[in-house]
Amino acid sequence: MRALAEYLAASWQLSPLGRELLSAGLILLTAIVVFAVALLIAALLTWLERRVAGRVQSRVGPNRVGPLGLLQWLADGLKMILKEDVVPAAADRPLFLLAPYPVMIGVFAAFATVPFSQLLIAADLDVGVLYLIAVTSLVVVGILMAGWGSNNKWSLLGGIRSAAQIVAYEVPAALALLSVVVMAGTLSLQSIVAAQGGWPWEWYLLRTPFGFVAFFIYFTAAVAEGNRTPFDLPEAESELVAGYNTEYSGIRFGGFFLGEFANIYLMSAIASALFFGGWQIPGVTPAEQVGSVWWQALGFLVFVAKAGVGCLVVILLRWTFPRLRVDQLTALCYRYLAPGAFLCLVGNALWIVLVPAGSLFERMVGYGMTAVAAALGLWFVLRMRRHMVSTGDRLDLDLFARGHTRAAFDPAWQARAYGRFRRRRPGEAS
Amino acid sequence: MSEIVETAGREELILNMGPHHPSTHGVLRFVLHTDGEIMRLARPDIGYLHRGLEKLAEGQSYPGYLPFCDRVNYLEGIFCEQAYAMAVERLLKIEVPPRAEALRTITAELNRIANHHICLGCISMDIGAYTPFVYLLRERERINDLMEALCGNRLTYHYLRLGGVAHDADDAWLKNALAFVDKFERVIPEFESLIGKNEILVRRLAGVASICGADAVAYGLVGPNLRASGVDWDLRRDAPYSFYPRLSFEVPVGKGERGTVGDCYDRFLVRVEEMRQSCRLVRQAIEKLPAGDIRAKVPRVLKIPAGETYACVEGARGELGVYLVSDGSDKPYRLKWRTGSFAAMSIIETVSRGLMIADLVALIASLDVIAPETDR
Amino acid sequence: MNPTEIQERLGQRLGASLECGGAGADAFVIVPAERWLEAARALREGEGLDFDYLRSLTAVDRPAEGKIDVAAHLFSYKRRHALTLKTRLDRAAPRIASLGAVWPAAHWHERELWEMFGVAIENHPDLRHLLLPEDWPGHPLRKDYAMPERYQGIPTRRPAPLAEPAAGTGPTNTGPKNPPEAP
Repeated sequence: MRALAEYLAASWQLSPLGRELLSAGLILLTAIVVFAVALLIAALLTWLERRVAGRVQSRVGPNRVGPLGLLQWLADGLKMILKEDVVPAAADRPLFLLAPYPVMIGVFAAFATVPFSQLLIAADLDVGVLYLIAVTSLVVVGILMAGWGSNNKWSLLGGIRSAAQIVAYEVPAALALLSVVVMAGTLSLQSIVAAQGGWPWEWYLLRTPFGFVAFFIYFTAAVAEGNRTPFDLPEAESELVAGYNTEYSGIRFGGFFLGEFANIYLMSAIASALFFGGWQIPGVTPAEQVGSVWWQALGFLVFVAKAGVGCLVVILLRWTFPRLRVDQLTALCYRYLAPGAFLCLVGNALWIVLVPAGSLFERMVGYGMTAVAAALGLWFVLRMRRHMVSTGDRLDLDLFARGHTRAAFDPAWQARAYGRFRRRRPGEAS
Repeated sequence: MSEIVETAGREELILNMGPHHPSTHGVLRFVLHTDGEIMRLARPDIGYLHRGLEKLAEGQSYPGYLPFCDRVNYLEGIFCEQAYAMAVERLLKIEVPPRAEALRTITAELNRIANHHICLGCISMDIGAYTPFVYLLRERERINDLMEALCGNRLTYHYLRLGGVAHDADDAWLKNALAFVDKFERVIPEFESLIGKNEILVRRLAGVASICGADAVAYGLVGPNLRASGVDWDLRRDAPYSFYPRLSFEVPVGKGERGTVGDCYDRFLVRVEEMRQSCRLVRQAIEKLPAGDIRAKVPRVLKIPAGETYACVEGARGELGVYLVSDGSDKPYRLKWRTGSFAAMSIIETVSRGLMIADLVALIASLDVIAPETDR
Repeated sequence: MNPTEIQERLGQRLGASLECGGAGADAFVIVPAERWLEAARALREGEGLDFDYLRSLTAVDRPAEGKIDVAAHLFSYKRRHALTLKTRLDRAAPRIASLGAVWPAAHWHERELWEMFGVAIENHPDLRHLLLPEDWPGHPLRKDYAMPERYQGIPTRRPAPLAEPAAGTGPTNTGPKNPPEAP
């Protein structure tokens, strides 16, 4: 971006003021692009969420608007924009109206540092990780504003729950991220990705046992920060009606909603960049990758796929787990996750000091961890298979299924299963 | 926040939960006095679904009141019909043909399974897991289909008649009912491993809102709620009626598996086990189904000799009783419903003290209270 | 214990001969209204009686006799026997003692009894309306109850949907622009 600005300034022979204006304009343009991309991702994620939920619950999910319901988000967005933006009479008007903005800003601003590929990044800040942690904490301000400003007791409870939760889980999340920063020795996300490799044993996830644990701590904490099940207490429907966004309608509700979904992608993207090697392609060094458009495109796809899997896991969690109680939630954080994350940080720091980089031992640990992870994955698959065999169910991964592929609601199927009935009159021989 | 009141140096927040709140099943309302998340008091306010079913009975003929019975509790219509029919039959001194009794038992047990589907689904849904609820509703559809095939209705069955049942079941139906039971018995372990043994669910339910046996009896809790508190009592076994004397089954009792006896998790487990026993009962009743009439001779214009009786059945929520007073005319003189939810609702105020808001939701769901039954 | 024995034992404890009736599970005993609580206590705590479970508590209005019959259906899990405890109240001024101290379950039943039959409950800790709104007039389960035509300005009856509406009796508009006519 800076290079582009300098090139344009030189070729147009701009005055110093013109240069400033040019770079300001470019920054604005970048911001708009980032916002649009984040919005699009969030919107597509809402489709994915509903579609996956449908498959999980033996339903079809949205399939009416556009092919496979892919344009459902557009219809929903249009609906939200057209709906009346109700402000309760007793609400604290400025707080109520402003509340969605910090939430959206907090999440969408973080997208600026997401390294979609080696070159595709809006701002590769030197303090990238720090910036991420800082800017995402804006969300809690918005949620508190919404909770207080609505002047609704359920909202207030939701807002306070949310503040307690996000502030608490910030600690393990940040510590877990720091344990990676310690390994990489830099806060810049691009440098952290570049310090890893394409192969699994080169990822920070599997390079040390502490990285492995740190990833799970980060992921749990991030799910909690994103207010997703099993940590969705701030908007627990069965307890707090809808928590802090009870009173919101129309596009302001849409702001919270999109913020939540963008946050899912954000946390998956961060996990992908910091723990899973980001855009690195196995067998291709960053130096080779930088020169080729095709490698760049492949790197982008690799990154998006990794983040996508993360999103899928978050969505599946939501449709699988019950919700924790408030005291259990904070106990989990302060008793287990925070000390655990701290241990990971210390462990990784000691590792850096004690284990020479590139040594045989380090490589062997990487291979060993990869084997362990693969074994865990295999065990999970086998267990799932056993359950499915025991109930005679079948694997259904077809996210693009149309309504009719599943016969469960088919009248012909019902007739086969239950037979056709003819009601007998009382007294008629059976 | 004008309603923050200060009492005895403590600040309390008065929260209004319901009548339209996602976890108040049906339409009911709680007034909560909370200190942060902890409740000092939860006071139920019922009556939003009061339809005057007892007063309505005084204007209906005896057979004409049967369809109203389904509306006492739309989730256990057969039991309501059966309690009413038993009261009338006892006053009339009619003998119900054995085939009709067996059919009543089969449909009642299917109804019990359907009801427990809703209850267990609601417990898991109120705790935050949606998917088990949907799975159970999917299985429940099969029961609804069966009932629709038998009597034409999916929810408010109106299947029983005074002195028998409305329609006979043919072999195809019985085969399908057996097929459902076979399938469903495989689904129960799957349900258990999906949600029943989920650590989060266990921790949300175990040790929460325990009701000891003495309290349960004193407040008149019945059915699964009573048994979860460790009181081994089941009308089907201990005061047998209908076809039950000829069937064998076990009565599950709460043991405090993961927490204390009578906690929410015990109420959950007792219901899961009851579904299993209901499957056994359906299977046995179908095997032993006697041939013969499905309805006793009942005069068209029904006049019942003056008298009174209290008839009760073991419904899905426990003892469901009808107190019927007749004055010799063709209409009930007075009819009183004694329902399980009414008692369960009255204990909530006592039990809920000191719980968290999230626990109250679990308590309501695990007591399986349902508004139409309390309000009648 | 069979019903006759229960009735005899209760009679002994109260020191009076009681009116009995019914058979089997529907056996009942009638006690004077002023000894209602005493009889309940005797049944709950009496040797060999142990009625620990109050099934239901309700009333029957008998305007012809000028009485309201209150009936409590009792059961004992310990002894496995049942009894209906009854009393007859004066319909003009029905009053009865609360059984809440004996069986906590009675509290809610008594609230219903009070609002549906107008039976005054003595010593009830929390006598509020249970099923009906706080300001609902009358006692619906009495035989001579007449439903009020309007409740807070809202008609309680709706015209038959198929009948031709008479002039001025169309559907009531209750929106802000169409305030309901004064009751």
